[in-house]
Amino acid sequence: MQRKTIHLTLNGEPREWSVYPNELLLNVLREQEFLTGAKYGCGIGECGACTVHLNGAPMLSCLTLAIACDGADILTIEGLARDGKLDAVQEAFLEHSAFQCGFCTPDMIMMTRALLNENPQPSEAQVRDYLRGNLCRCTGYASILRAALDAAAVLNVRRNIHAAEERADA
Amino acid sequence: MIRLDQPNLANLPELRHIGKPLPRIDAMGKVTGATKYAGDYVMPNMLHAKVLRSKYPSAKILRIDVSKARGFPGIVAVLTADDLPGARVTTDIPGVTDTAKRAGTDAPILAKDRVRFMGEAIAIVAAEELAIAERASDLIEVDYEPYPAVFTPAEAMQPGAPIVTEPDNIVARWRIVKGDADAAMKNADVIVEGTYKTQFIDHAYLEPEAGIAWVDENGVLTIRVSTQVVEHFRSIAAALQLPQNKVHVMGALVGGGFGGKEDITVELFIGLAALKTRRPVKMIYTREESLLAHCKRHPFTITHKTGVTRSGRIVAAQVNMLADSGAYVYLSPYVLLYAASSAVGPYRVNNVTVNACAVATNNTFTSAFRGFGAAQACVAYEQQMDEIARELDMDPRQVRRINYAQAGDTTPNGQAFRGAVWLEECAQRAWDALGEETKANAPHMKIGRGLASYMQSYGRITWFHDTSQAWVGLEMDGSIVIRCGVPDIGGGQMNTLAQITAEVLGVPMERITVYGTDSALTPLAGTTTATRQMYMSGNATYQAALAVRKTLAERASQHLECELDEIDFADNTVFVKNDASQNMPLTQLIAICAAEGLPRANLSLFKAPFTDKLDPDNAQGDIWPDYTFGAQAVKVAVDTETGEVRVLKSAACHDVGRALNPAAVAGQIEGGAAQGLGYALMEDVQIVNGVTLTPSFAEYLIPTASDIPETKTIILESGTGLGPFGAKGIGEPALTPMAPAIANAVADAIGARVTQLPLTPERVLEAIDKIETRFS
Ligand code: FES
Ligand code: FES
Repeated sequence: MQRKTIHLTLNGEPREWSVYPNELLLNVLREQEFLTGAKYGCGIGECGACTVHLNGAPMLSCLTLAIACDGADILTIEGLARDGKLDAVQEAFLEHSAFQCGFCTPDMIMMTRALLNENPQPSEAQVRDYLRGNLCRCTGYASILRAALDAAAVLNVRRNIHAAEERADA
Repeated sequence: MIRLDQPNLANLPELRHIGKPLPRIDAMGKVTGATKYAGDYVMPNMLHAKVLRSKYPSAKILRIDVSKARGFPGIVAVLTADDLPGARVTTDIPGVTDTAKRAGTDAPILAKDRVRFMGEAIAIVAAEELAIAERASDLIEVDYEPYPAVFTPAEAMQPGAPIVTEPDNIVARWRIVKGDADAAMKNADVIVEGTYKTQFIDHAYLEPEAGIAWVDENGVLTIRVSTQVVEHFRSIAAALQLPQNKVHVMGALVGGGFGGKEDITVELFIGLAALKTRRPVKMIYTREESLLAHCKRHPFTITHKTGVTRSGRIVAAQVNMLADSGAYVYLSPYVLLYAASSAVGPYRVNNVTVNACAVATNNTFTSAFRGFGAAQACVAYEQQMDEIARELDMDPRQVRRINYAQAGDTTPNGQAFRGAVWLEECAQRAWDALGEETKANAPHMKIGRGLASYMQSYGRITWFHDTSQAWVGLEMDGSIVIRCGVPDIGGGQMNTLAQITAEVLGVPMERITVYGTDSALTPLAGTTTATRQMYMSGNATYQAALAVRKTLAERASQHLECELDEIDFADNTVFVKNDASQNMPLTQLIAICAAEGLPRANLSLFKAPFTDKLDPDNAQGDIWPDYTFGAQAVKVAVDTETGEVRVLKSAACHDVGRALNPAAVAGQIEGGAAQGLGYALMEDVQIVNGVTLTPSFAEYLIPTASDIPETKTIILESGTGLGPFGAKGIGEPALTPMAPAIANAVADAIGARVTQLPLTPERVLEAIDKIETRFS
């Protein structure tokens, strides 16, 4: 098998990877980049532990070939906080203690972030539905739902303030 | 801020850190992805290992040929039973001081001439790359010859059954006799009989079993592993014939345990490979491997015969229990004891006989699982309470009310309940939180409500002579270090220690660092099992922090010229209680103490109550330090056309004594309830003729975000627990009442009972059909 060189953006930084055609994105992230926030929970797309963002959309990295990421923009939990400031979703998970063991927390946060990118004002039913593929064995999801809805509310308030400021500036 | 219903009924004093849902010390790592779990560690020159496992549930091994694997490029070592003659996992129960033979694990590390369950380990392969190690299992040739097998406990008890565990497949028996159930049964107006069955289930923690082992520069075998028990270093040493001080187990934050990481998992496989290759060796179970080859919850068949008066008073109970121990003996004897001892639940029953038996079969072995037998017992006794009510045509809540135990009443073993026994309070609040009765929105939909009360011990068996140790020390800058060998499995075990210390020494949480889960570098604190860490290590830490406080306070009282008991600590400051202007910074006091050679640290040992073993004739005697009580209520909708059950609302109310961190307590309760929901409705490790038919999350279903009902969590604080500040354990109790509450709600909805968990659509339809035939 031949390695192939690909170029991509990882957490905002340019990267060059040399990968085998059968290498999985999850393994490259964990073993070459030492980004261990994405987890192995099942390896076959049934738990969501390996969720990252690929070009802005949530993706199961255990089912994604690294070679298919040539030119892609990948975001992992490690890249979510910007300039040392937590993302609003991370803040909400912190505030609501929306974890116990924390093993699913990176994937739950990435998934919630993706949901709020798509749908800034989800209903509780929509949150449940969106997170359905991401398993958590510890929390019973209750605190995760509280955190997700709270993050949506906080982001909406921020957006409204921002819009008001822009109007004032105009 | 988390909003919780936390009525302060006992009028407990408000504290500065205790009782606050403060952000946990492990929170930042978890939300940023920085937290390292055992499988996240890598080392230079590391090998990857895989286990070759048995394809058959029962077979003789005629030949194992590893020659092809040994010669394969990239393979560094192949180990079979021949490389470790006689080595067995004989897991002692960590911390048990009793020298008599314990009934813990006794299984070969690698099978030699016989396999007893599908997935049993036969060989270990260590290779340069994981992909190569995975190929090795194809390169090892094993010739099997089928061997007679037995797959149900009832069959395994028959004379002439194939023997899985010598001499007769009986793994453990408990016979508990209190009063005279036979005689009292004659005085009953009504006798109610019922049989209830539970299934194999899997812990399904999101983090599969994982670890990495290496031999350090001093020849110490060091193992970084996801475990609830770092004290397995002793069993590992025994199995590998090393001195105990040459094995060092370092835990990591555990990605879920629930009892499944209480026994040894990967430790011996990677330990052996590391000793053999002298290189670091890593192993992570695949999900399939975890589902196939690691322990499961014991299935139980429990039969109740209860004598009651017309007015609803229980006068006698006879309970039989039969549990499937699987192919090897791990913690079955103790799981069985928990079940037997809680056979009649939190009710006053003066005449009880319990006969419990655990039997070996060629199924996957069973061992600890959150609730540890007491959960299976609750599934039975709480359904039985509803059946009694049905027979008497009474409200199930009324039957419970009449029979609830009070402080001073005793368990079947004769152990008296102490402290607050808020059974009725909890049941009432949980029930009320369900709200108004709902009407079904279609004729084929039926709505039902169900309740379950429970009791669950916290702390270990008192004849285990359990202890925990913690070290608390102040640094010169006023920051604090806690060292305590507690494995943190996600319940906030380490955070609890920080919160207790913050309260005692008046130092904010962010100034505290906790080192835990290390068998060599942190004082041994015992297992994170049996809902014991808050109680045991919490108390050890509390004692250590108090000792430090005492030295500091004595010195401060001289300096501030006041009485000792007038000194208080808060916000990094020492001050006089009624005159806060009289104060000094904590750092100044520390500097004085350091200059005078006064200790600023303390190592403390906390000792649980010690008792003798049970009376061998009737199993009378104390078994646990204390109990947690509570209740779970649910409202369900049953689709009578499809048999599908949906939980619409769930309300839990537990007396946790004192919620040291209400957010963490709520997390335990909500998470436990969700696991209970899975237990009731969907989870089932289907082992048919020894073959697991559910080896992935596509077949083994656990609750998702869309299965979870609207949830209400009510935390009561009686302040009467044995933990610091009156806290009681809540880890296991949270799960226990959910499954029977759902079973009762379904029976309420459809007017018939499904007595076998899980309540699948097929079983629900079958129960409905039975009533229809009865009336047609
Ligand atoms: S590890 Fe990718 S979905 Fe489970
Ligand atoms: S917090 Fe443990 S799996 Fe979600």
